[in-house]
Amino acid sequence: MLGLLGAFVSLAVIFEMLRRHKLREKYAIFWVFLSVVIMIVAIFPATLIWAARVTGVEVPSNLLFFVASLVLLAVNVQLSSEVGRLEGRVRTLAEEMGLQRLALDKALKKELAEDPFDEC
Amino acid sequence: MRQLPERPLVVVPALNEEESISGVLLDLQASCPSADVLVIDDGSTDGTGRVAAAHGASVVRLPFNLGVGGAMRAGFRYALRNGYDAVIQVDADGQHDASYVKVLLAELAEADVVIGARFAGEGAYDAGRGPRRWAMGVLSGTLSRLAKTRLTDTTSGFRAAGAKAIPVFAEHYPAEYLGDTVESLVIAIRSGCVVRQVPVAMRPRFGGTASQSPFRATVYLFRAVTALALALVRRWAPA
Repeated sequence: MLGLLGAFVSLAVIFEMLRRHKLREKYAIFWVFLSVVIMIVAIFPATLIWAARVTGVEVPSNLLFFVASLVLLAVNVQLSSEVGRLEGRVRTLAEEMGLQRLALDKALKKELAEDPFDEC
Repeated sequence: MRQLPERPLVVVPALNEEESISGVLLDLQASCPSADVLVIDDGSTDGTGRVAAAHGASVVRLPFNLGVGGAMRAGFRYALRNGYDAVIQVDADGQHDASYVKVLLAELAEADVVIGARFAGEGAYDAGRGPRRWAMGVLSGTLSRLAKTRLTDTTSGFRAAGAKAIPVFAEHYPAEYLGDTVESLVIAIRSGCVVRQVPVAMRPRFGGTASQSPFRATVYLFRAVTALALALVRRWAPA
């Protein structure tokens, strides 16, 4: 019951965030998929029990916790790598901006020296 | 192939060095007037950029702090685009003696990367004891073997890069901790650059002291070894 509620709330939140442009589709798809899986497990607990038997886990809820922690870990690692990539890009942009500003300063100064009466 | 550089560029990464930068720039003008000077103002909140510009240096103002690695890569890119055949890194805190710039430059006739080393005979520099010393030992031991030459001070920021190393560094100069010193050397060696060191004397730095507490030294050892190990196994496309 609680799982069903949780899945519903997260689906609603994701939809609302997408609507307000606060979440990109590429991330939303994953969370929607996850919510749907949680919902299925909440509605049909038999799926969880079946999965636990197949994988040889004695207590079905342990399988749930194990899989959930793995999924969260994977998401974290993925986000860390994404942040790293963004940092790299920001760094390149910052360097480039500094270099461009210097080039612009020099060009303006040169123009001013050549043609001091020209307004620019 | 290698020859004495004709158009050297001195790159000075500076973060809030309003007080010492003018002395550094004056020293550079006095001891090597032919070299252009590029100051990278790495997001300073004081007048570092203004003071540097007043001394006639070109100033790249980074919009926020990138660390020495980011500042230096900007410097290498500038050098590459403007046709310089050597880049010499000189710190803005006055620690590096400008009169050695010529010594580093001369050695570029024989090598692609030249390190100004503090322990190699000349000048006094205390590496400290315990973990910090071990870290230095591990770093210089490993890098010496890689470079097939004796390197004693791999974390020195006083260094010169020649025409072969500039495009490599313009593309790959690392911004991470110790990346600007240790990893950059690994990158240079792995892309076929010849690394040498020359002895230099360094002035004691004004203000701030190197971290000496045993705890911080141990952290340093750990991070240095990690940085080195990562640098050795990391994949990267040669420029």
